[in-house]
Amino acid sequence: MSLESLAEEVKKVLGGFAKEVAWRKGYLEVLVETANVVEAAEKLKSIGLDHVKSVTAVDYPKESKIRVTYHASSYSREDLMGVIVGLSVDLPRDNPEMPSLISVWDGSVEFQEREVYEFFGVSFKGHPDLRPLLLIQELAEKKVLRKDFIVKEESIYEGVPFKYD
Amino acid sequence: MTSGGLEAGAQRIPGVTVKKIEKEVYEIFIGPQHPGSGHMRIIVRLDGDIIVEADPDIGYVHRTMEKLSEVREWLKPIPLLERMTIIDACNVTLPYVNALEKLMDKTPSTRASYLRVLLCEINRVASHLYGMGIFGVFIGHSTMYMWAFGDREVFVELAEVLTGARLTHTYPIPGGVRRDMPQDLPEMARRTVRYMRGRLEEYRKIFVDNPVIVKRLAGVGVISKSRAIELGVVGPNLRASGVKYDVRIAEPYEVYGELDFEIPVFEEGDALARTWVRVEEIKQSLNIIEQAVNWLETHKGEPVIAKEDFDKLPKLHKEVYEKEGRVKLVPAHATMKIPAGKAVARGEMGRGEIFYYVESDGGTTPYRVRVVTPSARNAIVFKHIVPGHTLMDLPAIYGSIDYFPPESDR
Repeated sequence: MSLESLAEEVKKVLGGFAKEVAWRKGYLEVLVETANVVEAAEKLKSIGLDHVKSVTAVDYPKESKIRVTYHASSYSREDLMGVIVGLSVDLPRDNPEMPSLISVWDGSVEFQEREVYEFFGVSFKGHPDLRPLLLIQELAEKKVLRKDFIVKEESIYEGVPFKYD
Repeated sequence: MTSGGLEAGAQRIPGVTVKKIEKEVYEIFIGPQHPGSGHMRIIVRLDGDIIVEADPDIGYVHRTMEKLSEVREWLKPIPLLERMTIIDACNVTLPYVNALEKLMDKTPSTRASYLRVLLCEINRVASHLYGMGIFGVFIGHSTMYMWAFGDREVFVELAEVLTGARLTHTYPIPGGVRRDMPQDLPEMARRTVRYMRGRLEEYRKIFVDNPVIVKRLAGVGVISKSRAIELGVVGPNLRASGVKYDVRIAEPYEVYGELDFEIPVFEEGDALARTWVRVEEIKQSLNIIEQAVNWLETHKGEPVIAKEDFDKLPKLHKEVYEKEGRVKLVPAHATMKIPAGKAVARGEMGRGEIFYYVESDGGTTPYRVRVVTPSARNAIVFKHIVPGHTLMDLPAIYGSIDYFPPESDR
């Protein structure tokens, strides 16, 4: 499928939901309002984007937002296998909350939404089993993949007295 | 044990109290240490011998790869990220390098692409053999374990001759690879391929066509085509369920578009079909290895890094390259800046599709690296496919989906 016709098809099926459609390197990013995200996902699924490869969250502290992108693609439509469409929403950083897309994309987002929950503190409404996946509860509360969690560099010389003679 | 049962609260062993079980459903914690590969726990709830619920409790080997990538210069996550799957080191880092190349608008030389593909396929065979060996351990077939691990060594050594390292090669870099192949590699590769083709026939006789194994695997852990799509299963597990999807065909990267190979697809979706897919894929990878070394042997002269980078190298570095076939990088490589932007790249590892999202803000380190590995996406199978099977089937399913905890936990 040519990239132009993919962009056309996505724009057509999403209608007024798409706030912004842009080509990134390797995928088509579609930004929608949080309130419309479930309907937009259903519409994307209806053209054959049947699974999600990655639920990607990026923290932008300067703009005080967290962008969550569902990178969806297809197993059932051959001409869509080679493309990736990213369905994005911008969430406020102080209270990130959005509806879970399990109702649309089923098992392919179940664990990854749990990951975004533990690493960024994004709460997915309607997720049947929202708890940390990889981390322990204490660590998950620190929201470690946010930019304000700084990795402290450890030095092997730390605490070693520095003497020449 | 004495007959007659224990009173609740009775104490036979000092310090250990025994209580009566109230419920019919037993909860068993399997792992995180178990005979398989890596550390992960599955909490299963059993009604008699039937699993009614399975909860994969993963994360024991989580090493914060995504966070650590953000505090390292662009090249340094490569040796870090390959620790997710050291047995498949080229496949696991190549899409990261591809994403950087997309951001930099850099094209690797054709020779470098062929070398990458060669190492990827050597890795793929080694990864499948590792998976089959572990599968042998799981279902108590020790011959398969010994044979697969022994034969994997042949491919690990081939990779060592090509790259200088047995497992963590750190071979691809943006624009090319770190080393050209030694002159005797093509002959060695051809002998390896010939040897492995003969061995696969032996594997068929002792393992995949063995009546005991067939009885144990056929019809077990069936993932239907529609369920595989919904769960977003990847790799051989997806292709065993009748979905013809392989990144090498769907979105050809490197020189896969120019090579001649097939994608084995099976319809049954059970543990046996998943094993067959791996055997058939090894055959295809052997074909690719042959094609790649034939091309590399007849197309000499091109540098293994992008031409614009090679021209910039100082005289000393060029001499090292001429003499040893090894790319000595200039310090500017370590501190390079990459234009701002967002890129995704994917590739087909031995266990399935790997996905990278890389974002740059124009600085010397990545702003965000998101990686989703095949095992991370296959972990969902434990939760949705295992219930309904007997406890005895769990190792067969675990082994057949070739789940690898360090890769899944990142």
